[in-house]
Amino acid sequence: MKHITVASKAIALLFSAALLVACSGSDTKEEDEAAAAAAAAAAASAAQSAQSAQGAAVSAEMAALEEAAASAGTVFYFEYDSANLTPEALDALNANIALLQRNNTNVRLEGHTDERGTREYNLALGEGRANSVREYMIASGIPGSRIETISFGEERPIAYGTGEANWSDNRRVELKLQ
Amino acid sequence: MKRLLTALMSITLAISAASAWAQLTIEISQGADNPTAIAVVPFAWQGVGVAPEEIASIVDGDLARSGQFAPIARADMLGNPTTEAEVFYRDWRSLSAEYLLIGRVSSEPNVLRVDYELFDVLRQAKVLTGYESGPASDARMLAHRVADAVYEKLTGVPGAFATKLLYISVDRVPGSNDYSRLTMSDSDGARPIVLFDTHEPLLTPTWSPDGKHIAYVSFETGRPAIYRQEIATGQREQLTNFSGLNSSPAWSPDGKTMAMVLSKDGNADIYLMDLATKKLTQLTRHYAIDTEPAWMPDGRSLLFTSDRGGKPQIYRYDLSSGKTDRVTYEGTYNARARVSQDGRSVVMVHQAEGRFHIAVLDLVTNRMQILTSTDLDESPSIAPNGSMVLYATKYQDRSILAAVAVDGEAKFRLPASKGDVREPAWSPYLAR
Repeated sequence: MKHITVASKAIALLFSAALLVACSGSDTKEEDEAAAAAAAAAAASAAQSAQSAQGAAVSAEMAALEEAAASAGTVFYFEYDSANLTPEALDALNANIALLQRNNTNVRLEGHTDERGTREYNLALGEGRANSVREYMIASGIPGSRIETISFGEERPIAYGTGEANWSDNRRVELKLQ
Repeated sequence: MKRLLTALMSITLAISAASAWAQLTIEISQGADNPTAIAVVPFAWQGVGVAPEEIASIVDGDLARSGQFAPIARADMLGNPTTEAEVFYRDWRSLSAEYLLIGRVSSEPNVLRVDYELFDVLRQAKVLTGYESGPASDARMLAHRVADAVYEKLTGVPGAFATKLLYISVDRVPGSNDYSRLTMSDSDGARPIVLFDTHEPLLTPTWSPDGKHIAYVSFETGRPAIYRQEIATGQREQLTNFSGLNSSPAWSPDGKTMAMVLSKDGNADIYLMDLATKKLTQLTRHYAIDTEPAWMPDGRSLLFTSDRGGKPQIYRYDLSSGKTDRVTYEGTYNARARVSQDGRSVVMVHQAEGRFHIAVLDLVTNRMQILTSTDLDESPSIAPNGSMVLYATKYQDRSILAAVAVDGEAKFRLPASKGDVREPAWSPYLAR
């Protein structure tokens, strides 16, 4: 509703500018032309500001979604040898989904694991993690055609060291906008 | 199905020498309990110019690495016989040497010849005479073959020194992707050459049964795909390009079929590809992860890893019946099986008390034995003679290769001077 109101205000402004030109009643051709130019400029600027008012409302909303997604992060973390979404991962994922529901951006989900266990098993585990995120996104209304998945297993660690502090950083799915 | 016969020439030259820093060195960390004392006397050089390699020290190193032999130090030797006439048994008995190996190296144009003789010091008898010949550039291989002959004569098991290793060397590049090289070396880590390199992940190097081709997983296109490469020419062929996983290539014993893992139909399952027609057959169909296929030597069944029971365990798929049965029960994590040539021993990654070790399961007695005491051990690969298991482990915060005898007694490490080294694959016996 808000958008329609803004648009009708713009039309009204445009109309009054045109009316101003018609009723000017100036003496010279030059004055007429100058008045016409001024009226056109006024009309253009009125239209512009109306458009930006409409844009501002939309972008304010998108900015809020973007901010929420950004603060939630685009990395979702997992438990050891598990592809199940944790409550924390779901919170972050939901914030990103809210944004993706409003734009047409394609995404790539990159699944990763920690270094424990075998490399090939971890490739499959990383894929399972990416697929868990993908399935949840599809269930939330993001078309599957917009989602690409890949698994790097344990081959692309964030943290190179051993121990749980490093391992927990590496057990993740990274969402990347395409 | 679209044929994916994109034959590519490797960007890397087929045989490009790797710089010396990439070479592995050997550190023997533990020998067998009662190693056989053997004296390997420096071989006489009868050729022109300088000998291309020090043959005796290569033989000496091979025998020592097996853990089953304790070579006598050269400094202790009372003489350097190179012919039978120069052998004085008492000199060697006084050093408690049980055996004595002597030899001579001669050269004709382009051909090196190594003659050797093995003596039983206690029985005072010559027990083996032989020779090896080949191009001088292959001098190290000739030495490994001498070691193979001695090893077989004294243990009854063929030696596996004249073989090759594949492994992945990785350098970390700050702020960028790791730099991975698929490297091939002699069984003692010498003569490394880079067969392929990329800044994307490389995994699972594996040998064809004839040792002439290799296969591996490369992410060079940004996605995983299985490639086959001819060692001699460097010619490469991309075998798969399916959506999802393309991984775990494993050649059938007859070389005609490749087992692999694809997830194009949902999630990780085991498939067979006929290498002549590229026709695929799906073997497993399960919502759990099925991966890491390994052929039994008779080619009638495959072992694989599956978490269908909740945690990864080893299962066996029988090709004629299509039935699957579980192989491992001991431990919470058993994965990536590799089978000895006699089909009796299965080595695998085994988790015990939170740590990852290499274990061997005897399929006849069903006994599981943990072979390693390090942690984060992975990628076991068994020597073609079944004597040693090569694997990757962490040592001083780096990934290195290490080896352990199948009986758990002898152990050695093969650290590289720089970077990480992982995923060793021991070659089959190689044709001369």
